[in-house]
Amino acid sequence: MSDAKKFMYINRKAPYGTIYAWESLEVVLIGAAFEQDVSLAFMDDGVYQLTKGQDTSGIGMKNFSPTYSALGDYEVSKIYVEKESLEERGLTLDDLQHLVWEDEDEDYAEKDSIRLVSRAELADVLAGQDVLFNF
Amino acid sequence: MAMLHVVNKSPYDACNLNTASSIMKEGDQLLLIEDGVYGAMKNAKAESLLNGLKVSVLGPDLAARGISQDKLVDGIDVVDYAGFVDLVEANDKVQSWL
Repeated sequence: MSDAKKFMYINRKAPYGTIYAWESLEVVLIGAAFEQDVSLAFMDDGVYQLTKGQDTSGIGMKNFSPTYSALGDYEVSKIYVEKESLEERGLTLDDLQHLVWEDEDEDYAEKDSIRLVSRAELADVLAGQDVLFNF
Repeated sequence: MAMLHVVNKSPYDACNLNTASSIMKEGDQLLLIEDGVYGAMKNAKAESLLNGLKVSVLGPDLAARGISQDKLVDGIDVVDYAGFVDLVEANDKVQSWL
């Protein structure tokens, strides 16, 4: 595991209007299967991907939003959401899905995956990564 | 000669809503669809672009994105696909800002 690289997936597009959000999710799940150290960032319109209560039955597209809640099972436990992006869109954490992961080192205690960070804090997180993927 | 202006891009990703809202004339109507529906949300930075405009938003696109009606700017009309057709019919021209 010491060879694991730190992979960061940066999500900046709204879901459904383009295919980026869904494609990102597919790539994240593939990357996680290779046991890399995976983090996700949601900023700009990417924060819209995580809103709860998505119902696509009226637009004839697949609702892929339930898949975000499976990320914890793939040991993807670091999901950074940028505070400034949420605020300028009239959103709060309460508008987003509650994403969790189970910490096997602490008797599978359920912990929050989403970390609300400022742009400055996100800059530090990005600086600490080995590879950056943009969607 | 009323015109229906259709916007399908997020106001934070493209300047379409900015252009459409500032070019609209008295009697024109704005319809937000697809990612354009994000422009209808209140307490948001783009909210003021809608000031003084007659605005409709497509309900199925709101639902897909998890936006409930209490999140919308006051006075916005939520329409279904039949309502979309009614708007097209009620206006002399349609301008789709792509």
